Amino acid sequence: MATAKAEKARPQGYQTNAHDARMWREVTTPEGAVIRLRLADAGERAGALFIDAGIMLVTLIVGGLIIAFGVPDGYFGDWSEVGQILFNLFFFILRAFYFTIFEMGRRAATPGKRIMKLRVVAREGRQLTANAIFARNVMRELEVFLPFTFLLTGMGGDTLNGMMTLLVLVWLGVFVFMPVFNRDKLRGGDLVAGTWVIRNPKPELAKDVTSTSANADDEAFVFTQEQLQTYGEHELQVLEDVLRSGTGEVKAAVASRIRARIRWEAAPLERDGPFLEAFYKQLRKTLETRMLFGNRKKDKYDTGESS
Amino acid sequence: MSELDLKSYRFRAEREDDWRALEGLLERIQNSGVNALKPDELVALPQLYRTAVSSLSTARAVSLDRNLITYLETLCTRGYLFMYGPRVSFWERFSSFFRRDWPDAVRSMVGATILSAAIMFGFALIVMLLVLSDSEWFYPFAAFLDERTPEASQETLRATLYTEDEDIAGMLSVFASQLFTHNTMVALLCFALGFMVGIPTAILLAYNGCILGAYVGLYVSKGLGFEIIGWLMIHGVTELFAIILAAAAGFVIGKTLAFPGEKRRVDAMADAGKRAGNVGMGVVVMLFLAALLEGFGRQLINDDLTRYMMAGVSLLGWLSYFYLRPEAKR
Repeated sequence: MATAKAEKARPQGYQTNAHDARMWREVTTPEGAVIRLRLADAGERAGALFIDAGIMLVTLIVGGLIIAFGVPDGYFGDWSEVGQILFNLFFFILRAFYFTIFEMGRRAATPGKRIMKLRVVAREGRQLTANAIFARNVMRELEVFLPFTFLLTGMGGDTLNGMMTLLVLVWLGVFVFMPVFNRDKLRGGDLVAGTWVIRNPKPELAKDVTSTSANADDEAFVFTQEQLQTYGEHELQVLEDVLRSGTGEVKAAVASRIRARIRWEAAPLERDGPFLEAFYKQLRKTLETRMLFGNRKKDKYDTGESS
Repeated sequence: MSELDLKSYRFRAEREDDWRALEGLLERIQNSGVNALKPDELVALPQLYRTAVSSLSTARAVSLDRNLITYLETLCTRGYLFMYGPRVSFWERFSSFFRRDWPDAVRSMVGATILSAAIMFGFALIVMLLVLSDSEWFYPFAAFLDERTPEASQETLRATLYTEDEDIAGMLSVFASQLFTHNTMVALLCFALGFMVGIPTAILLAYNGCILGAYVGLYVSKGLGFEIIGWLMIHGVTELFAIILAAAAGFVIGKTLAFPGEKRRVDAMADAGKRAGNVGMGVVVMLFLAALLEGFGRQLINDDLTRYMMAGVSLLGWLSYFYLRPEAKR
């Protein structure tokens, strides 16, 4: 009951929803620290695949043009035949090794994955090996190229009747949509190879919010202990988000909500920004001090009486 | 700031330089490789990483600055992925693959290999006997729409087995078409379809066995049995072996999916997938060699005995490479 209410009370756009929470996986490093990996969702992976497909298509067209016009006629006996062979060869190499070679590289990602800020890791954070990469990309044959060929050649043409076509589509659909239907967003290749596709962690250390507030503000805003006991850690972090990236309107809304809740008498011409920063700073100090004594306050509903 | 100075703020100020240093090193490694680091930076890297991990643990206990904790988490994750990631150079991996990993993986699936071979050659034998008893049986399995049919004369058929004057383009053409249009796809599909409990793999194997049997039967019925086997096996030893191994790898995956044993299913699958992946990479190498043999060897060597010798040598070579390696057991 309380949690449902808490969800509702949070400002729009700053909630960490249940879907997002399900996408994190915890791995314990040999040093004993727990780190968290964010799985890529199906949309990001589809995006990466489309980008890769586009790159492959462009490469194929450019390669085809080079083969068609790059070698003067008469150099080989039958140029059109040789050209076609070279083109097939080129297509095969691209199809069979594009993903594998890029994913074996330092970034463990194809250009498409890099653009979508994804990478491949071994499941549970174990060591990623070349054969795992190979296995996961051979399965692509079944998951991407085969359905694509099937669609391209007109659903099997005349040789298959409607029922068979439907069965083939269902069969192929199992693979194509597999990532949508399991908890770890694994496609067949990931399952076989023991890999995850995760968001490539990109560390960004912003300035500490407290470092920007001027000292003068501290004296203008003195909150009582009672006022500082109103909120918990969850609200503190929502406030942090608001201070870092909220618009003026959001800040105004949050500020008026806090003022009402803690019964703060606003001074004339009091601005929202400094008020929020000062409140954040003092609330954080209060909560961090409690934390050092092992007395944490999860959110505003946490009275410390029962868990 | 003195009165309201936060402990967590000081904690951060004292350590931020180390974190930034680690971030910079990891960034450079990702952009230009480990070799871009100077020796003293290489020494500093693990220390900086452990500092960051310990900072993360501390930060979780003393700081409520979410941005800081998220930053440390991602920094440690990146460090972790590098520190405990694969650090074998390409050439080390390359040589260990050929010296150990590939034959080991092949040896670990002897049962599945025998099963694949039995399915393929079993169906080949059945269809061959059918074609020998009645040449009408050839037609359901005729895969190529060319002159190789029961109506063709012995001379026509014999001519298809030997080539007089081929130019380099012709050889390249055979090489490419064999390698890239058919066999590799069959092998990769055998592998990938194993995922469905191995049933499609078995069907694909059986189907290819049937085609094989139909053509062998056709040539045998015209008194060209000795010749067709030589023509087929000069590259076929390598090629069929490769397809059989790919199917065996598929079976291993399929079997693991159905019967994961004592491990969790996903873990068992991952282990089997790695072994199968090793075999699969090797299969591509074998098919490449087979296509070379088919494109060039078979066109250049038109003597039956030489063809048989090459087939025998390659069979012995593969068998001893995969199975007779007592010294490879570490």
